[in-house]
Amino acid sequence: MRKTTKISRRENSNKAGYGFVSPYAILFTIFILTPVIMAVVLSFTNFNAIQFPSFVGFLNYINLITADEVFMQYVLPNTVKYAIIVGIGGYVLSFLLAWALSNLTKLPRTIFALILYSPSMTTGIAMTVLWKIMFTGDQTGYINSWLMELGVINEPIIWLVNTDYLLPIVIIIGLWSSMGVGFLAILAGILNTDESLYEAAAIDGVKNRFQEMIYVTIPSMKPQMLFAAVMQIVGAFQNGQISGLLAGNPTPQYAAQLIVNHIEDYGFIRYEMGYAAAVSVALLLIVQVFSTISKKLFGDD
Amino acid sequence: MAYKGHKINPKRFEKGQIKIILMVLPLVLITGLPIIFIIFHAFKPMEELFAFPPKFITTNPTFDNFRQLFKASRSAGIPLSRYVFNSILITGAVVFSSLVFSTAAAYALSKLKFKGRAAMLQINQIAIMFVPVAVMIPRYLVVNVLGLTNTYWAQILPLIPLPVALFLVKQFVDQVPQSLIEAAYMDGAKELQIYTKVIIPLIKPAIATAAILVFQQVWTNIEASNYYVNDDGLKSLAFYMNTLTSTTTTNTVAGQGISAAASLIMFIPNLVLFCILQNSVMNTMAHSGIK
Repeated sequence: MRKTTKISRRENSNKAGYGFVSPYAILFTIFILTPVIMAVVLSFTNFNAIQFPSFVGFLNYINLITADEVFMQYVLPNTVKYAIIVGIGGYVLSFLLAWALSNLTKLPRTIFALILYSPSMTTGIAMTVLWKIMFTGDQTGYINSWLMELGVINEPIIWLVNTDYLLPIVIIIGLWSSMGVGFLAILAGILNTDESLYEAAAIDGVKNRFQEMIYVTIPSMKPQMLFAAVMQIVGAFQNGQISGLLAGNPTPQYAAQLIVNHIEDYGFIRYEMGYAAAVSVALLLIVQVFSTISKKLFGDD
Repeated sequence: MAYKGHKINPKRFEKGQIKIILMVLPLVLITGLPIIFIIFHAFKPMEELFAFPPKFITTNPTFDNFRQLFKASRSAGIPLSRYVFNSILITGAVVFSSLVFSTAAAYALSKLKFKGRAAMLQINQIAIMFVPVAVMIPRYLVVNVLGLTNTYWAQILPLIPLPVALFLVKQFVDQVPQSLIEAAYMDGAKELQIYTKVIIPLIKPAIATAAILVFQQVWTNIEASNYYVNDDGLKSLAFYMNTLTSTTTTNTVAGQGISAAASLIMFIPNLVLFCILQNSVMNTMAHSGIK
């Protein structure tokens, strides 16, 4: 009897919990939470990074909604397009590829996983070099040279300045690098599914691999599915690196301007930190909405 | 014949797998192509960098680009080895502490009940969603106020708490059955023993994945060296490579080769770590204890 009461005490208020959490929690509070709170506070001020911030209430938010034409006309539609294609596309692709790889023997699986994950291992520098060379605007660029050889185009296309092509290029590169840590987590999750579940499901009338995926694989790895979904959402809304590196900030005629580029534009080019912070908070709210939806889908308790 | 249920992680090669390989292969090739391009480009001699029409494959591989890279560092006054040492020190310290702290916190947040647990999880999630550029300046102020500027600490401490790593590990700890922990508890194990003897061995895939993630974040981090440190002797390899490639003008053709060489040098440690840890990531755990 004493043991059971001990267990129930352990379940309700366990002091040891604080011990385990505190090293992380202390560093988190100092280096992440405090700066985040400061940024939220800054969003209610006018701050040029030199003078002390002055309080302006909701002015930044009101301006964002009513007066920022660039945001409404270019940044928001671009971000939505990018997020839908790269977010959903990348997520579905991550899952399907991880699932396909789990059906292979170890050697091909390892090699494929390595190659698929490799774009996530390249750094910012690598991307600039690589894609800029690929999409060079004259006939010395690789893409232009290939397309001209194949007879698809006669004149070289100035890829990174042409407003028609810029966003699609950014989206393609986004998809290229979307097999990230979420993909690895899904792969680990699938490979960790209890195999006896498949046998049981077959007895219960599951007829093919697709049904197995829906009724066995996904339900048994909800935590990984949720993790990957959140990572994909965050990645899809917070990517601005590609546009910035390829075409500079602001991108030509704002053709590939994403929310993050907008924040950088205001924060580090115009030094309107208060406004940049307000846009960041707005972005947080957008991401939060989608994460909540995915939590509903994959039942996080 | 009734469907028998297929095997995840098959041990032997079967005909059915050819179909899957054929479906995956095109995507794998497209994904791998740019990486192969960087490798080729890094070993291209000057005349091939200038070649017209541009050639994908290197015909006369050379180490010229790497030589140029080392030469540039020698003329800068601080030996390349110093940056390598800094990066190894910083990355090692961060990866180790980050993994210990995240797994401990994940265990507590997933399996131990205490006041404030749900709130902590929620705050951690929100931190993941807050865009990093927005906290750059406030973070700089925090580092400054704490007097960490111009120390190794400034490049280590702020990088240790990685909300994504905690979230990832916690998702895996969630899958460890409560009954297993209760059984250990009944046998007289204390929380610390449950953490080291039960949880850690069961979440190895999560630890390996988190290790890859944290390593990458720290190894390629430029922000810390850029904003928190003025002393060139304390800066990281990633920072140095970045300044080198941006100052030797990526726009010139000669600069391209050097940039590709620098990218390759930064990429290889990631690759090696992935190869070492992939076995644990894709390790099918023995299901004796779990579920």
